[in-house]
Amino acid sequence: MSTPAEGSETGFDPAIYDRFPTKGRRPKGEVERLEEIWCAPKGWQWITVINNNYVGVYYLGAAMLFFVLAGVLALLMRTQLALPLNGVLSQETYNQIFTMHGTVMMFLFAVPAVEALGVLLLPQMLGARDLPFPRLSAYAFWAYLIGGLAFFCSLFFGLAPNGGWFMYPPLTSTTYSPGINADFWLLGIGFIEISAIAGAIEIIVGILKTRAPGMSLDKLPVFAWAMLVFAGMIIIAFPSVILATTLLELERALGWPFFDAERGGDPLLWQHLFWFFGHPEVYIIFLPAAGAMSTMVATVSRTPLVGHWMVVLAFLATGFISFGVWAHHMFTTGLPSASVGVFSAASMAVSLPAGVQVFAWIATVASGKMRFNTPGLFVLGSLLIFVMGGLTGVMAAMVPFDWQAHDTYFIVAHLHYVLIGGMVFPLFAAIYYWTPMASSRALSERLGRWVFGLMFTGMHLAFLPMHLSGLMGMPRRVWTYAPGRDLEWPNLISSLGAVVFAMGVLIWIIDMVRNFRPFGASAGNVFDGGGLEWLPSELYSTRSIPLVTSLYPLWDQKNLARDVVAGRYFLPGAPTGGRETLVTSPVNAEPQHLLPMPTPSGWHVWAAVFTAGFFLLLTVQAYAASVLSGVLAIYCVIRWCWFLDHPLPQARVDVGAGLQLPTYVSGPSSTGWWAMAITLVVAGMVMAMSVFSYIFLWSRSAQAWAAPIAPVTGAAAAVLCAAGVGLVWIGNRALLRAGKLGPRLAAILTVGSAALLALAWWLDMAAWRTTGLAPDLSAQGAIVHTLLAWQAVFVAISLLMAGYVALRWAFGYVAAGRPATVQLVGLFIGYVCLQGLIVVGLPRVFAAAS
Amino acid sequence: MKTRVADESFGGWPPPVLDPAGPFATPLSTLTWGLLAMCAMVMVVVLTALAIALFAPRSWRRRLGGERLIWIAGLGFPVVVLSALLVWGLSLTARLTEQPQPGDLRVRVTGEMWWWRVAYLDAAGREIFQDANEIHVPVGRPVALELESTDVIHSFWVPRLAGKLDMIPGRRNVLRIQADQPGTYSGQCAEYCGGAHALMAFVVVAHAPADYERWRAQAARPGGAAPQQAAGALVFQNSGCGACHTIRGTTANGVAGPDLTHVGSRRTLGAGVLPNNTGTMAGWIADSQAIKPGNRMPAYPVLNGQELRATADYLESLK
Repeated sequence: MSTPAEGSETGFDPAIYDRFPTKGRRPKGEVERLEEIWCAPKGWQWITVINNNYVGVYYLGAAMLFFVLAGVLALLMRTQLALPLNGVLSQETYNQIFTMHGTVMMFLFAVPAVEALGVLLLPQMLGARDLPFPRLSAYAFWAYLIGGLAFFCSLFFGLAPNGGWFMYPPLTSTTYSPGINADFWLLGIGFIEISAIAGAIEIIVGILKTRAPGMSLDKLPVFAWAMLVFAGMIIIAFPSVILATTLLELERALGWPFFDAERGGDPLLWQHLFWFFGHPEVYIIFLPAAGAMSTMVATVSRTPLVGHWMVVLAFLATGFISFGVWAHHMFTTGLPSASVGVFSAASMAVSLPAGVQVFAWIATVASGKMRFNTPGLFVLGSLLIFVMGGLTGVMAAMVPFDWQAHDTYFIVAHLHYVLIGGMVFPLFAAIYYWTPMASSRALSERLGRWVFGLMFTGMHLAFLPMHLSGLMGMPRRVWTYAPGRDLEWPNLISSLGAVVFAMGVLIWIIDMVRNFRPFGASAGNVFDGGGLEWLPSELYSTRSIPLVTSLYPLWDQKNLARDVVAGRYFLPGAPTGGRETLVTSPVNAEPQHLLPMPTPSGWHVWAAVFTAGFFLLLTVQAYAASVLSGVLAIYCVIRWCWFLDHPLPQARVDVGAGLQLPTYVSGPSSTGWWAMAITLVVAGMVMAMSVFSYIFLWSRSAQAWAAPIAPVTGAAAAVLCAAGVGLVWIGNRALLRAGKLGPRLAAILTVGSAALLALAWWLDMAAWRTTGLAPDLSAQGAIVHTLLAWQAVFVAISLLMAGYVALRWAFGYVAAGRPATVQLVGLFIGYVCLQGLIVVGLPRVFAAAS
Repeated sequence: MKTRVADESFGGWPPPVLDPAGPFATPLSTLTWGLLAMCAMVMVVVLTALAIALFAPRSWRRRLGGERLIWIAGLGFPVVVLSALLVWGLSLTARLTEQPQPGDLRVRVTGEMWWWRVAYLDAAGREIFQDANEIHVPVGRPVALELESTDVIHSFWVPRLAGKLDMIPGRRNVLRIQADQPGTYSGQCAEYCGGAHALMAFVVVAHAPADYERWRAQAARPGGAAPQQAAGALVFQNSGCGACHTIRGTTANGVAGPDLTHVGSRRTLGAGVLPNNTGTMAGWIADSQAIKPGNRMPAYPVLNGQELRATADYLESLK
């Protein structure tokens, strides 16, 4: 590139943008070539498809399937509760069904649905050909579908979990839940979380690195902002529930007493870990929906969103504050009043960004002219329902009121108002709004009005009376209630409302069956939206990737669609001859390099099958088969990754108007580096929550803890870990040197650091063995062994990666010009070394109270 | 003086949360009304703004169609309302979570799957006697309830007397309640505790002070069979009921189930599931699993009708 321009992020010269749109005709056959490269696999091979146009639709379809299934469970519950002492469902069945309703709605519908919306819409909105890791999103989808269906089917065998979606121990310990029902929850959900995290990594890297040139952060569509905050929150919040499920499963399977008060554990530890995830989860679900609302309200009002920046800042504020409110689920546990005050204040503060969003939408409606089409009706309905839910949320944030309302039907009403108004209605609006993009026919406006009318009426009929039944003393999670307590009428009305709501959903299904025709031509921009997703597009997305100069490019950039289709922007063809997309810089979206994309493959599908197999077989205690399935999953992942680090013959290619970009990069400008860095944030969050758990348990029963162990081995192990970091750092420096020596030295140092890491772990473990601290006798033993076991898993992965590097050396792939694999493995091992320092140090700092 | 009978005490109208009966519940009811008023006010503001945005003439709409609306209505207005509420809420929290005072009556309530073990303590915290599923208190005097659990998490809730507080294994939470009028006040487990969580109710019975002293003296006395109940007492003994239940003054000294020393005087059976009389008692003994599935008491199909009636008569005589 020429001289670095002022204010440029990457040294890119913005003058190059002046060359677009280009003049003249594009060569013949370019479009046909694109079609050929991006065509979907035929016949039985369809299962290997990775294009986001397909995976996004499958993903959303699966999520809606679980919405309907969990909705059927809700109808069963409402049938049982329609009359007092009704006998439709037995106590045990009801307990399984309400647990499954909550779990499926939260984990198998809400999070996957919004993630699916992101997978389907983001590449189109950002002007990318696909998401940066298409096989990863396909893997996340298949893992979710297989795991989710198996989990749901546990209901048909009476093996479904029955401890509530919050799974509080000790009720879920083996003493009070001896069956494998609870294990289905712990392993099934733990596994689906992994899928959600994979999707989140994909979305963050996609938004930050694959935007159309010129789409700097101030021109990033509001939906993409919401998805960015959403994915970031998943990265921070989900590790907590992964740790929690791991601890509870360890307690169940091996008797390690994290939550058993008699052996020094504390049931409240679970509640802290669960709600540190569980409350942000609500905003995780809400934010993408709010992003979609902000997009649609602008379109249906035919005017830009008023207060765009305030809305974006509100998303960010919601993300931050939501991590400070988890204990408002614990106001009745007898927390100290000082912390109660903080959490109460934070819980009220989190409603401020919601107020900003609501009034930004109202201001937008006021500044334009609202169209009462189906998306518009759902947007309005959502706004009203969400405000009502938000208000009862403010009520519940008031601690003394919560003492009355907590765990009653008042809260059932509140949470359904928030989630239906904040997520379900926006999702239905989004389905009606974006169907013309994904399908060759729009959904019916006539049926859509019925869907809206029935769902809106049914929603209020079902949930408004629940406020009252809660104040009348009806607790949650009851399978029946006695007659003569005046609860008959509110419950009967609620049940009728549920039926009305279900009729709305039924008509929506009919509408979908009649009109939803995906994977072909699109119906076009029927609502006259302003985002890039409304550009004419095929499986390869848009013919060329536009230069973006506005927040609403289709409204503001003249002739954009015509020029894009004519190939007058970036990447009008396929210069490398394969699937590829542009990678741009995170802030200013300056073109950085061309990312070659993988092709359809069976390996990620098999990897998903065997990952699911590993967890499900573990649940039914088929340990040998489970381990075998795990090994096969690892094999599939290795095969999947093997050809990813693969330089192309063309080191640089012309992406249009003479702009030459490299086709192979490593380090922070590459997507792989970003993905690894985010993965390590996930691992770091699990570690941080482990440290919290350690200190929490220590603070509960320090007087009973054993004395610290000999510091000498600890120091030795710490030195080894520190040396490992040093080796990785030197290796990384060597990698950038030219010639054969550098890459080989780097590979040797990386493998060596893994060996040091393993040695450090072994020394530490041996030292603990001599103390006789048993994992199943005390909370101290349990949490110390958890840290050791967690580190052991990471050491094992490090050794596996070191072996992978060695294998690539044997194939001659450790060579100059392809540093990515060694670099990423080094990054991972470096992190594990740092984690080793914590594992060695923490138990030696916090031991017996002196 | 109005004393509701057991069944009436569980009535839902007027809503117990809005029908407080003591100093620990009255401020909660006031707060609830205040919050409902706040909700109504905000709804009016939002609906008005929305109606203008949708239907008003262009000049009106233009006034709302800018960032000023967001600053004033979306941020400024909520900050004022929420700050005021927060001060109210936190001062109330501090006032209602005061430490128990020396004059408080002490009662330990332990949540069990799925009933309530009630132990009356002296001022030093020593247990005087046990009872189950009913908590008797004198009117006008604060009672400090020491809430515990030995199995899973339960939550103690008598909406007319106080907010709820959890019973957590390994912890002791103290909840203060006070009834200002004699009567019965219904309560219910509010934290999902597995199987029969729905059927885990209890009552607080408030007596005038003199009545309370009489009740307490009677309740502390041992039980035992009147001569005409000897047959039932024998069935009770021979069926092994004493392995789980205590009847003070007899050989029955089990602690797994509720203390039955004065079971005949209780208002309900099975923690609020059935009214208490000879017929329901016999039914409960014969097949409690059909009445309250999953409860820890096995069914006794081995007892014939005569034995059942004798046992039920005996238990009902324990007043």
